[in-house]
Amino acid sequence: MNLATDSRITADLLRPLLGTSGKYYVTVGLLGAVTLMGLVAWGYQMYYGIGLTGLNSPVFWGFYLINFVFWIGISHAGTLISAILRLIDAPWRRPVTRCAEAITAFALVIGGTLPLIHLGRPWLFFYLIPFPDGRGLWPNFRSPLMWDFFAINTYLLASTLFLFLPMIPDFALIRDRATGIRRTIYGALSVGWRGTPKQWHRLESAMQIMAIAIIPVAVSVHTIVSFDFAMAVVPMWHSTVFGPYFVAGAIFSGIAGLIIAMAILRRVLRLEQYLTALHFQKLGQLLLLMSLLWGYFVFSERLTIWYGNDNHEMPVFWATFTGEYAPFFWVMVACNFVLPLILLSNQKLRTISGCVVASCGVVLGMWLERFLIVVPSLSYRQLPYTWGSYMPGWPEIAVMVSTFAAMALLYTLFVKFIPIISIWEFKDGTHPGPEPRPIAEPRTLPARGAEAAGEAL
Amino acid sequence: MAKWGMAVDLDRCTGCEACVTACHAENNIPTVGPEEADKGRTMHWLRIERYWEGDFPDVQLKFRPVLCQHCDNAPCEPVCPTYASYHTDEGLNAQVYNRCIGTRYCANACSYNVRVFNFFNPEWEKPLDLQLNPDVSVREVGVMEKCTFCVQRINDAKIDAKANNEDGLIVDGALQSACAQSCTAKALVFGDLEDPDSEVSRLSGSARGSKLLGELGTGPAVTYLQKESWYESGDR
Repeated sequence: MNLATDSRITADLLRPLLGTSGKYYVTVGLLGAVTLMGLVAWGYQMYYGIGLTGLNSPVFWGFYLINFVFWIGISHAGTLISAILRLIDAPWRRPVTRCAEAITAFALVIGGTLPLIHLGRPWLFFYLIPFPDGRGLWPNFRSPLMWDFFAINTYLLASTLFLFLPMIPDFALIRDRATGIRRTIYGALSVGWRGTPKQWHRLESAMQIMAIAIIPVAVSVHTIVSFDFAMAVVPMWHSTVFGPYFVAGAIFSGIAGLIIAMAILRRVLRLEQYLTALHFQKLGQLLLLMSLLWGYFVFSERLTIWYGNDNHEMPVFWATFTGEYAPFFWVMVACNFVLPLILLSNQKLRTISGCVVASCGVVLGMWLERFLIVVPSLSYRQLPYTWGSYMPGWPEIAVMVSTFAAMALLYTLFVKFIPIISIWEFKDGTHPGPEPRPIAEPRTLPARGAEAAGEAL
Repeated sequence: MAKWGMAVDLDRCTGCEACVTACHAENNIPTVGPEEADKGRTMHWLRIERYWEGDFPDVQLKFRPVLCQHCDNAPCEPVCPTYASYHTDEGLNAQVYNRCIGTRYCANACSYNVRVFNFFNPEWEKPLDLQLNPDVSVREVGVMEKCTFCVQRINDAKIDAKANNEDGLIVDGALQSACAQSCTAKALVFGDLEDPDSEVSRLSGSARGSKLLGELGTGPAVTYLQKESWYESGDR
């Protein structure tokens, strides 16, 4: 009975890898074109000068860094959530973890590119890399941007590993079913996986180590992103609350991104039986929790500043509260706090569509939050004579649109080559699959290893 | 070792902007044209801030020349990931154009907003391209630049003093920044703060003196002189 169910799971989850429809090619083509548009815009900008953007004095940072913080925030979906869920061994995590981890890897690649696009002279970005050269010049390790560079690279490396490790048994599964070139490629990717008890044991330990190691890495990454702002003596940037505030915001937007991705996958890949209402319920609860935490941080940040009534900070405060940036602020509060609170605190409204609507709101709201952190503070710096404003230029908008397309493109390609739900983890779980299987005897590692080995044949 | 500084007498400044023009000419600073200026991309290393005081018709106009304050504890320096922005032994906040990759972090961190950025490659209409100062490099697109206290003049004066003066030291007044030299009202005085007898030292110690945004603890090398703190004095 187990075998029948298992083979159905395998068939269901491998289906996207086996057939490719015309629609798929059209989608990839469209997304690729939009992504390319962003790169072309970057090329234009490099050729004619960064003046094509709307950046000016005093607003020297704009959409590129807003989107950088936004995507690094989205990247916290994955790894952190899946690491925590793995550690506490939440059984419902099984079909969710890989979609989450893939978001992390792709969002980091996209987010990590944006600071390069933002540079005035991107062709010299390698000055950031500490390499020994004849002049004995090193990068400045006191600069938060330098910390950022290391933090993001560390996180990218760690989360790629974390994504890759649990894929090994699935690669082996595909290898054993494939022929020709595919067999060679998946064979290489499965790094000699045979499903022996020893290998299972090592995989389990490696994943456990990575799950623990990735949590401080993830927390530090967004803390350091916040340090890019908090270290500067700029009104409303120079704040001790920024570290935890950014981490909470990152996880918040990350969960929202994950919910949206899962809803799309569910519909497009017909995974209704795998990504069920239960998963959205659970993630919706988590989103609600983060919404409350986010609200708490915003409240304590703004109350402190208002009460302190600092000469330099109040212009920024009022600009975002009642002034020219106030519409963005109140839309942000509505999207990040009011909407999730209404939709997610009520059992009846916390349906799949309810969660998706709340998540779309949160993604918009968190983007606005980053805008409100970057632009108003720079517009209203200490000397009133230099106050200014900002409107994005066309390359900035083109690049922003293309980052979303790039995310969708990478994801679309990913699901074509790799089962988006971890097959072995799903089977291993006690999760109600298409046909719930008995969970009487808890299986030990060798037993499962043997079964997996048998299955491969 | 010298410590370069400046005293700006706000009671003397007439707001004629001769210093701004002289600075542009001396340091090969491009002009950006009206459209770019409207976007807030002017490149003046030194600007005259204008403040109106009182209600019409009893209005008074005040000027404040703002240039790089060459802070001892400069917010712009530690944030630069490539050491393009660094502190010299003589207290200058130097900018190494060749090292600058254009993160613009320094410009955000600077509380005085005196750093300017090359949003495009600079252009000079003919024949203005022939009057560039050969002692100053021309900067390309994507590079941050700022007031150097006319470091090329400082270096010239040092060589000159070494060759001609018995003690090898620069005589106070022999070295002037372009802005100080062009100031008809003598509102700008440049010199060595380490030399207790220099005019800039004397003025910097004046009871009229204060530092711009001194409360931030940046330790500016520029002292502003004024009879009374006009922007805090309320009714007069």
